[in-house]
Amino acid sequence: MPAAPTVEAMMLGKLDWSAIPFDQPIPLIAGGVVLAGILAVLIWVVVKGHLPYLWHEWITSVDHKRIGVMYILLASMMLLRGGSDAIMMRIQQAIAYQSQGYLPPEHYNQIFSAHGTIMIFFVAMPFVIGLMNLIVPLQLGVRDVAFPTLNSVGFWLTATGALLVNLSLVIGEFARTGWLAFPPLSELSYSPGVGVDYYAWSLQISGVGTLVAGINLVTTVLKLRTKGMNYLRMPMFCWTTLASNLLIVAAFPILTATLAMLLLDRYLGFHFFTNEAGGNVMMFMNLIWAWGHPEVYILVLPAFGIFSEVVSTFSGKALFGYRSMVLATMAICVISFMVWLHHFFTMGAGPDVNAIFGIASMIIAVPTGVKIYNWLFTMYGGRIRFATPMLWAVGFMVTFIIGGLTGVLVAVPPADFMLHNSMFLVAHFHNVIIGGVLFGAFAGFEYWFPKAFGFRLDERWGKLAFWFTFSGFYITFVPLYVAGMLGMTRRMQHYDVAEWRPWMIVAAIGMAVLSIGVICQIMQLVVSIRNREALRDRTGDPWDGRSLEWATSSPPPVFNFAFHPDVRGEDAYWDMKIAAQQQSLEHEEPEYHDIEMPRNSPTGFVCAFFATIMGFALIWHIWWLVILGSLGAFATFVVFAWRDHDEYVIPAAEVAAIDRVNLEERRNLVSMAGAI
Amino acid sequence: MNLLDPQGPVAAANSTILVDSVFIMLAIVVPTIFAILAFAFWFRASNTKARFQPGFVYSGRVEMVVWAIPALTVILLGGVAWIGSHQLDPAAPVPGTGSPVRIQAVSLDWKWLFIYPDQRIATVNTLTVPAGAELNFQLTSSSVMNTFFIPQLGSMIYTMNGMVTRLNLRADNEGKLKGMSAHFSGDGFPDMMFDVNVISPLSFPDWVATTAKTDAVLNEESYKKLMQQGIEKGKPTYRLEDPRLFNLIATQHIPPGPGPELMSDAGRPHSGGHDAR
Amino acid sequence: MSMTATVGRAHADPHHIGVVVEHPGPAPKRTVTAYGFWVFLLSDIVMFSCFFAAYAVLVSQTADGPKGSEIFEQRNVAIETVCLLLSSFTCGMASIAADVRNRFWFYLGMTVTCVLGLIFLAIEFREFADLVSRGYGPSRSAFLSAFFSLVGCHGLHVSAGVLWLLTMMAQVFAKGFRADVLRRMMCFALFWHALDIIWVGVFSVVYLLGSGV
Repeated sequence: MPAAPTVEAMMLGKLDWSAIPFDQPIPLIAGGVVLAGILAVLIWVVVKGHLPYLWHEWITSVDHKRIGVMYILLASMMLLRGGSDAIMMRIQQAIAYQSQGYLPPEHYNQIFSAHGTIMIFFVAMPFVIGLMNLIVPLQLGVRDVAFPTLNSVGFWLTATGALLVNLSLVIGEFARTGWLAFPPLSELSYSPGVGVDYYAWSLQISGVGTLVAGINLVTTVLKLRTKGMNYLRMPMFCWTTLASNLLIVAAFPILTATLAMLLLDRYLGFHFFTNEAGGNVMMFMNLIWAWGHPEVYILVLPAFGIFSEVVSTFSGKALFGYRSMVLATMAICVISFMVWLHHFFTMGAGPDVNAIFGIASMIIAVPTGVKIYNWLFTMYGGRIRFATPMLWAVGFMVTFIIGGLTGVLVAVPPADFMLHNSMFLVAHFHNVIIGGVLFGAFAGFEYWFPKAFGFRLDERWGKLAFWFTFSGFYITFVPLYVAGMLGMTRRMQHYDVAEWRPWMIVAAIGMAVLSIGVICQIMQLVVSIRNREALRDRTGDPWDGRSLEWATSSPPPVFNFAFHPDVRGEDAYWDMKIAAQQQSLEHEEPEYHDIEMPRNSPTGFVCAFFATIMGFALIWHIWWLVILGSLGAFATFVVFAWRDHDEYVIPAAEVAAIDRVNLEERRNLVSMAGAI
Repeated sequence: MNLLDPQGPVAAANSTILVDSVFIMLAIVVPTIFAILAFAFWFRASNTKARFQPGFVYSGRVEMVVWAIPALTVILLGGVAWIGSHQLDPAAPVPGTGSPVRIQAVSLDWKWLFIYPDQRIATVNTLTVPAGAELNFQLTSSSVMNTFFIPQLGSMIYTMNGMVTRLNLRADNEGKLKGMSAHFSGDGFPDMMFDVNVISPLSFPDWVATTAKTDAVLNEESYKKLMQQGIEKGKPTYRLEDPRLFNLIATQHIPPGPGPELMSDAGRPHSGGHDAR
Repeated sequence: MSMTATVGRAHADPHHIGVVVEHPGPAPKRTVTAYGFWVFLLSDIVMFSCFFAAYAVLVSQTADGPKGSEIFEQRNVAIETVCLLLSSFTCGMASIAADVRNRFWFYLGMTVTCVLGLIFLAIEFREFADLVSRGYGPSRSAFLSAFFSLVGCHGLHVSAGVLWLLTMMAQVFAKGFRADVLRRMMCFALFWHALDIIWVGVFSVVYLLGSGV
């Protein structure tokens, strides 16, 4: 780097006033609005005196339920950001026929890169991790995850990554290389700006957070289960959580290593993926997809778990073919590591290699198909209640099959030779990610919201949200399938082909419908919060549920269960309800004990604070700040390790007081059910 | 540019496989979707005629069928994939009439250079080929990755610096087609679309002769000028000085194209003027 | 419908034949911590395997620069290996001492481990500095990039380990052999041994195979 070693350069690295895009109104205004929003919320919090509450009850909380909620909140906010990007892209492609549209290429390219990065890493990931955090310990009948403080660290590091991505909006730029930053385009010679650095560092930092979450949940499922919760009695969502987090543990280090190599290239002149000195771009493709394909299943497996719970609950039946489902889940988990090459059939590998990876990719469709059929037969003979979560589930089944069809299609190498990188492909992966992951996330959100907050969500707005999102999805993405069949490739800032244009316009209209769906979702939240007393769930079991999360109150007490439940079979809570009805409900007052719970800790937040500083300093080459940040992070860990008391005791009397209320409500519920 | 309107045997085979695969899967998918909707409708809670069977949670026969259906489909499609991958290997020859035409394609930032080594000519952003002849492509990139793709002729393939990929195609009918880069390569990426003129084999030599009369010469020097980042709106043609030029590029004897430092404002993609750096 | 439906309760699955061993409930904290740390180590090994893979891909890409056999010094590598293997032994001693709460042997074991680790790092640092000064830094060729990152990544881990080791000693000094300190000590020992195993990989793949080429 030939920069003259002036004091300014030493202090500020590459950072100067030109980093702030004063001449680009769109990001500046967007950034300004976001900043003003954050400031307004902060001021409101401080003025209203909520800061201590926020600090003690949320920011420093190590309660898995609170952390889960914060993950989901982060994901929802980032969904709005990623969605705005999507709207801008759809509008651009609708008007950029034989013209430049309204977004210049360097801006448009940032938008699609940010859209992909945000939607995968900061919407889908935190959403599913949040739901897993919130629900899995409850379903396993335990009081917390394996490593509560690390859990908080994981969340806050994810938030750091999200913060850095958003910071790039106003200070500097984001990557203009697509969401996977393929070299050599992402190398310093072709992307000398800070965009790729923003991309890589935010993913490195949030990647550490994800890895921590993965280790935590794997250990939780494998080592912390209540009495009698044998593996083959775990709810399906726990199984998919296990599979998904095993994938995180095995795949995310690959991402870390790959991005580390790219960063070494960019910062220290290494030659992993450069054109010069023997670097090899094909290695990047292999490495990034060795992470990237399992990533897809990291996202969709938890969604499968959610649908399993939802379909079973709302059909009033146990899950059909439970063991078959477990087998299918684990099969997907393993096979997903053997298919990465299908992302680049067109790189010129030999026909044998292409065919083998193509067939391996199709094989994944077998267990996935089995899952669909098992849900189908769970509905068969059921008594299906079409509450909002069930609507999402049926919508998912239909949509995902179509996504699966197009997925298997692009796994056929000769077909992929025409469809690779096309709008058809774009439509395909939105088909499975929106139709699978996002629908799943929404279903889980609607289904478990009463558990987290103690009141149900408004059904009318929920159903409206479903129908708008569902139809909006088809109006947006069917045209993209068609455009792909008309030869349109992805990431076009403008185009001159007349036959593509009508489809882009329809897709933009679809995007508007989708947006109405999102607005309905927000309205649903607003309306439900306003009517929360009417929607209150006093029983802890609003849907007539089957697994243990419904066995405790809504919201659950901080210790989840006064006693570790004793599990005797699948659908643990359903069995308990039946048993309770048969035993005419006469319970003796149980003997309560003191409960030890982990203490709150600001470790996660402080760590993320230093990580943010370090990440920002690394992006802008402010080396002294990097050193300061890393020292701070180390000091945080030492201080954490020096704590003398990491647990506190909830006295038996308090446990009893909390639990009695819950038991009382529950007895009323069971006796009512018995009376009917 | 309809993929289902192929203009050559490769695209025809590709799209046949595409359509066949869709139909094979539709045979399973349509009944399944129908069953989902039917079951969901019939077993709704308000339907008193539907029989509630809470105990129907396992059936060996059902399990066998539900594993077998997707497995059989995949076996069938796997066969299609295996045979198709071998028959449609991009490197496999595609016999045609007359002598094959060798074309060396180089993706530049952000234009396509087509070198005809045997004819000693080169064109930018226009590919002119005779109908019916085997087209023998060697491809590389001057800088970043791109993908060479003419939708109606079929099979795309990556271009990478320091490497040569191979592709064989044939265009059967005279006419004008469009080609493109199908892999994002930077700010000028959307302007990497190129024209494909398929002309009659009889007029191809005439076209070659006319082009060979061009004043502009393509040699290392002019190539280095051409490979600088920028968009080429015109369609320049060149006489090729040294038929080994492509090898010099592919073996990196000519170093990879420079990035944006040398970017001149002329020919630069439309921009808001700001460059945060 | 010709499907055979099982009747009865939800878990009346025909596979439930024979005695089901009931899960005893949540595992004790020590087990949980060790298990979680194991999972972390596995993920760390996955990360290393990427650097190994990159090395294997790029080993012949010397870009007219030096080959492995021209720059590796067997003697240094042998000393490094001995240091690290010995340190694993002393680390084991320290673990045992911690388990029986013997401070003297604990401090002794940890100190020797630390010194051996530092010697290892010093030799590695000298090797790197020497290569860079001869113009064979990581930006010389893809092979050297891969070499520096693989070996350097291990070196960074050892450095972090030394930092952790010192923190551990300070913790025992300040807090004694408390349950949480012992759990951390167990994790540290796992970490240190894992680094040893990875070094065996580095030693074989990079130095042994490399010097033959």
